[in-house]
Amino acid sequence: MAAIVGYGAYVPRYRIKVEEIARIWGKQAASISSGLYVFEKSVPGIDEDTATISVEAARRAVKHAKINPKEIGAIYVGSESHPYAVKPTATIVAEAIEATPELTAADYEFACKAGTAGMQNCIALVKSNMIKYGMAIGADVAQAAPGDALEYTAAAGGAAFIIGKEGIAEINDTISFTTDTPDFWRREGEPYPGHGERFTGEPAYFKHVMNAAKMLMEKLGTKPSDYDYAVFHQPNGKFPMRVAKKLGFEKKQIEDGLLCPIIGNTYSGSSMLGLAAVLDVAKAGSRIIVVSYGSGAGSDAFDITVTDKIEEYERQGIRKMLENKEYVDYATYMKLRREFE
Amino acid sequence: MGVARYWREIPARYNLIGKKCGVCGKVYFPPRIVCPKCRRKSIGKMEDYKLSGKGTVESFTVIRVPPPEFEGKSPYVMALIKMDEGCYLTGQIVDCSIDEVHIGMRVEACLRRIQEDGKRGAIYYGYKFRKAKE
Ligand SMILES: [Zn+2]
Repeated sequence: MAAIVGYGAYVPRYRIKVEEIARIWGKQAASISSGLYVFEKSVPGIDEDTATISVEAARRAVKHAKINPKEIGAIYVGSESHPYAVKPTATIVAEAIEATPELTAADYEFACKAGTAGMQNCIALVKSNMIKYGMAIGADVAQAAPGDALEYTAAAGGAAFIIGKEGIAEINDTISFTTDTPDFWRREGEPYPGHGERFTGEPAYFKHVMNAAKMLMEKLGTKPSDYDYAVFHQPNGKFPMRVAKKLGFEKKQIEDGLLCPIIGNTYSGSSMLGLAAVLDVAKAGSRIIVVSYGSGAGSDAFDITVTDKIEEYERQGIRKMLENKEYVDYATYMKLRREFE
Repeated sequence: MGVARYWREIPARYNLIGKKCGVCGKVYFPPRIVCPKCRRKSIGKMEDYKLSGKGTVESFTVIRVPPPEFEGKSPYVMALIKMDEGCYLTGQIVDCSIDEVHIGMRVEACLRRIQEDGKRGAIYYGYKFRKAKE
């Protein structure tokens, strides 16, 4: 068996409203907000990056899991905005939580699903008795070219999960669905990503998320109504709602894990932050389905059952953390994103 | 800052690991090899000691004309912080508007980017402080 032993989430406190971005480019804020179902997004502080966000999430996970960090045998950080092209973020995290030196560590990249790929690796290492605990992190400070459609959603945040044999939520199974689909990319040395415009919907997000969810439910003999909560990757607020409906899930199953409308798309952090928000409110016995999505393209699906241990676990309260925020205008946003340097 | 010095100081910079004198119990940060009070008696008795990261602002100043390596980051607040263990640290206050900073404010350490050697060089991380939750 493999289980979630603890989790930690972090979202920078700065926010910019969709309205403010639309004002700069002369667009209709109301139609953008309703089209994307996103109202504001998180913005990293000028001295925050994927490493510092990962450290925040990792430290919270260790604190709440009440484990000795020296017993963590693997750390994987999934991101598409690692601070270095060559030099692992995972080593910075390992040092900052005092897990060094007896562990393996690596950075992963698979657009928005690199963090859940790390989770799968931790599950495998725990199940094969190679390690006692593994930590998987999904974190990003997402880039968007000024004026690009992605600017309304590209956000910052991350979540860390500690995987072990027993814990607050058992991971019953995980499967993946992967194809070569060029829907979104960023070339080496380029500051901003490119994307296939409308190509990002049906053949990319919907095809992969739906196939992964269906394959998992078919394998386990479950149906949407068997789950108390469902978390789907959130590139905007609309896609997860639409994919939930298409698969036969109800709105109330996805509401608790849907953070995109108030923080934007945190890329590798997205589905993992959604799962963390669900674990904040779930009860013993709650069943959760999580499906990530990474452009390029692939989805990882997880079937999770919350255990009795959740009752004595001190939960982080992610929604409460998100209330501590400060709005910035577009010029300040550009300064924080270091666009002037 | 050089890469070698940064690397040597990682435990202190990331996790506020200082030294505690095994003779008199005084905590030192940055770490010291000898306790200035106990001198030779403390040799070999200085133990690693991790600060809680909690402290109180004793004094602060707003930097509006920063040194060249912090160009583009101003204005920002540098504060003298009395840590709960009794030692004093200088650090930047983040995630807090300048008007909010005051003497006696409770703060906690967090890890942030401190500086970088240009676009091609190493990135240096270390502690800064933010308003404590309690
Ligand atoms: Zn002494």
